Amino acid sequence: MPISPRLGPEAAAANMADYKPRYTPQEALIEANRCLFCFDAPCIQACPTGIDIPSFIKKIANGNPTGAARTILTANVLGASCARVCPTQVLCEGACVVLDREGDPVKIGRLQRYATDYVAEKRISILKSSTSKSGKRVAIIGGGPAGLGCAAELAQRGHSPIVFEKKPQAGGLNTYGIAYYKMAPQVSLDEVEMIKSLGVEFRCGIEVGKDVSISKLDKEFDAIFVGIGLSGSPKLGIPGEDLPEVLDALHFIEQIHSQALHTVPVGSRVAVIGGGNTAIDAATQARRLGAHQVVIVYRRTREDMSAYEFEQELAKVDGVQFLFNVVPLEVLSPDAGHVTNLVMARASSTNGKVEVLPGTEFAQPFDMVIKAIGEQKQATLLKKLFPKLELDKRGVVVRNADTGQTNLPKVFAGGDCANGGREVVNAVAEGKKAARGIHAMFVGQKVSGPVQASRLGVKGAPPIGSGFDKPIRVPELEEEYFARKKK
Amino acid sequence: MADLSINCAGIKSPNPFWVASGPPANTACQAHRAFEAGWGGVVWKTIGDPIVNVSSRYSALNLGQARMVGFNNIELISDRSPETNFKEIAEVKKRWPHHAVIASLMVDTRENWHDFVKRSEDAGADGIELNFGCPHGMCERGMGSAVGQNPKVAETIVGWVMEVAKIPVLTKLTPNITDVTFAARAAKRAKSDGISLINTINSITQVNLDNLVPEPFVAGLSTHGGYCGPAVKPIALNMVQSCAADPEVQLPISGIGGISNWRDAAEFIALGATSVQVCTAIMHYGFRIVEDMAEGLSDYLDSKGMKSVNELIGKAVPTLQKWETLDLHYKRLASIDYDKCIGCNLCYIACEDGAHQAIALVSPNGHGLGPGRVPGKPIPEIKEHECVGCNLCSLVCPVDNCITMVSVDTKRPKMSWSDYQAKVSRGEMQPIPPHP
Repeated sequence: MPISPRLGPEAAAANMADYKPRYTPQEALIEANRCLFCFDAPCIQACPTGIDIPSFIKKIANGNPTGAARTILTANVLGASCARVCPTQVLCEGACVVLDREGDPVKIGRLQRYATDYVAEKRISILKSSTSKSGKRVAIIGGGPAGLGCAAELAQRGHSPIVFEKKPQAGGLNTYGIAYYKMAPQVSLDEVEMIKSLGVEFRCGIEVGKDVSISKLDKEFDAIFVGIGLSGSPKLGIPGEDLPEVLDALHFIEQIHSQALHTVPVGSRVAVIGGGNTAIDAATQARRLGAHQVVIVYRRTREDMSAYEFEQELAKVDGVQFLFNVVPLEVLSPDAGHVTNLVMARASSTNGKVEVLPGTEFAQPFDMVIKAIGEQKQATLLKKLFPKLELDKRGVVVRNADTGQTNLPKVFAGGDCANGGREVVNAVAEGKKAARGIHAMFVGQKVSGPVQASRLGVKGAPPIGSGFDKPIRVPELEEEYFARKKK
Repeated sequence: MADLSINCAGIKSPNPFWVASGPPANTACQAHRAFEAGWGGVVWKTIGDPIVNVSSRYSALNLGQARMVGFNNIELISDRSPETNFKEIAEVKKRWPHHAVIASLMVDTRENWHDFVKRSEDAGADGIELNFGCPHGMCERGMGSAVGQNPKVAETIVGWVMEVAKIPVLTKLTPNITDVTFAARAAKRAKSDGISLINTINSITQVNLDNLVPEPFVAGLSTHGGYCGPAVKPIALNMVQSCAADPEVQLPISGIGGISNWRDAAEFIALGATSVQVCTAIMHYGFRIVEDMAEGLSDYLDSKGMKSVNELIGKAVPTLQKWETLDLHYKRLASIDYDKCIGCNLCYIACEDGAHQAIALVSPNGHGLGPGRVPGKPIPEIKEHECVGCNLCSLVCPVDNCITMVSVDTKRPKMSWSDYQAKVSRGEMQPIPPHP
């Protein structure tokens, strides 16, 4: 049987509604007053964009939400979407000292959403394009978070960025690839509009390398920023993979974001293959769109899953089931070319190596299979576009971490194609860093100072934004500390 | 962006935010940091004959989760030599020519006052603040609040200062006095250029119930400390407004007392202050708090269409009048939004036991389905004929905008107490019968 939509418009909308709704002013005030306003706050260190979090929370507490939004957006132009999609539990909120004191951190993400929603709703424009124009043009390849971060920063510094985006809308995974109940695509599109208002030009539906050549970009632009992200899932390499009900997770999520919720086809029994956060997103959304049974099939153990624990919890609450140490072998389709069963086998995994245990094969009825086995690196495309561009073993662009500059002096990179696949907030930070690198190249100076310097002039303060690429906790130091304490 | 620059009694600064005379204004290095963070002025920790301090020195009032709602100290004036202080003022002025540095002074004899005023001027200070306010230690030696509490003495000393001063002089007033306007008028008579208020209030913040010694503890004893912090703001606002409204005072005011954020600052300015001074909030969070103060005030002025902070100065002064001018015919009633009511019924018990018995608990028929309400639990209902519009229920209600006070059109023209007295005496109306 082919799959079809399962819920009416109201039920679909209700299931996909914001899972963490916006705080009321009073809720925001109460939460903001839990913040201790730490000086060298660890949450700032934990934020890749180095938002001065205690300052923005203090501003909310003092009845200055506009100022709070200013603190957020000057550091991170995608502050509104990051407020919703950041894994705050492992970033700012994971580092919050109140977590140590009370076992429950200040809800930084939700407060950030409160402030950014306030200015978005009141149409208060925070960021301004530079009044003086340098005349320098920068081609931004890819309109995702990295490209947006880069373009917004360049526009504010007086340069003219033009974003080339393959899809009909900019925003990248923020527009097409976030679980709907975390963020509706409109939030991302509003951010794109805001960045447009800074003077950034968007050319959507244009694929670089196909519709426009690199040599043309090279000729017409003073610099190029590459933020092309990753490409789709690799092949599972099992029979039946090409059946119409076998979908790539990102493709499934993209459907949810590009058509009315109640028109998205979903199976009754859905298998999601993979153990990452995207697998969770696909599984929970399949459930919320009416699937009766959703099973995450993962070839290793629960501990090996790369999905965050709080994401796994979310899936359990949604009634998603898990099969661990199980490998898919074949998608069966006796029913006129449609999925009916998934044949699987038990597997052992030692040191990350998975081995199928012979004789343990079993079949379970499913009418939809979603693949969420990670995205591929863009090595082929990158090599095609820039034959001399240096890539590492993984197929990831090698670039200077502070400036984003690659081995080709005019070409800068950031985001998933340069970090191998991380969070939205990493991408936007890297885009911004690359913009600073490009600006430095234009004006013939070195990049200096932190990404964000809200606490101007407080001498001796740790460099804001230094949390970039650094862990929040240092287990060795903690061990040492407790050992010393014992003595 | 509204213009935040001010001129307070001839002392110019890029914004109205000054670090008040106290521990945060003790050294050049602190002044540099303050200016780097965005403060517009620094009133130096009071310079005088170097003193010797005790340990410990501070104590606080915590309320629930909120720390340092009130704060007191028994620290004296600067324990550094006048030479060091004046040398550092000169250094700071050199680096920050457009920021305000004000020397706070406290000495005894006429000669010493003359000497310290001149040395302040030589150091390049933009103004002088006379510390007539410290309520601990120094007053026992005939200085500080001992001066401020006696308008005659204060007038004499301000007079000595004005004999020689070439830079603006602010007289800092103590709140430990029955009516602060008497002291303000004394400063005015002696030709002080402006006043700053309030200094700290005599206080004991807490008694340690284990050893029965109040805090701060000094070898088994304690002493009265100067009280400050957010808790003193209402007292300070009252005194600032009293001076601003007094026809005999009419001096520029630097407002002090519990200012922690831009809202507090805006309120002081609206009640007549030109500059505002902050100490306790800096002691709690550091100089960085000025960022939100400047940004918040500027955004607020923009939202009100004011181009400069000067437009806000004293805007709320005339709306505070004597009780006898208030309209006896104005009426407010409490109104409960049952969609917001969480069912704590604190409004009921507050009104029933603590005010005017104007709220009933009734069956929730028809409404009362606010968040968290147990079905069938009685809900509060305003007895409109009993409600005097006192505000108490709306003050105790823990939910924003759940109980609002709604103005009622009484269809009666304005009548103040004075009007009422005149009408009764002219026989135009009968006296209003007493409440049953």
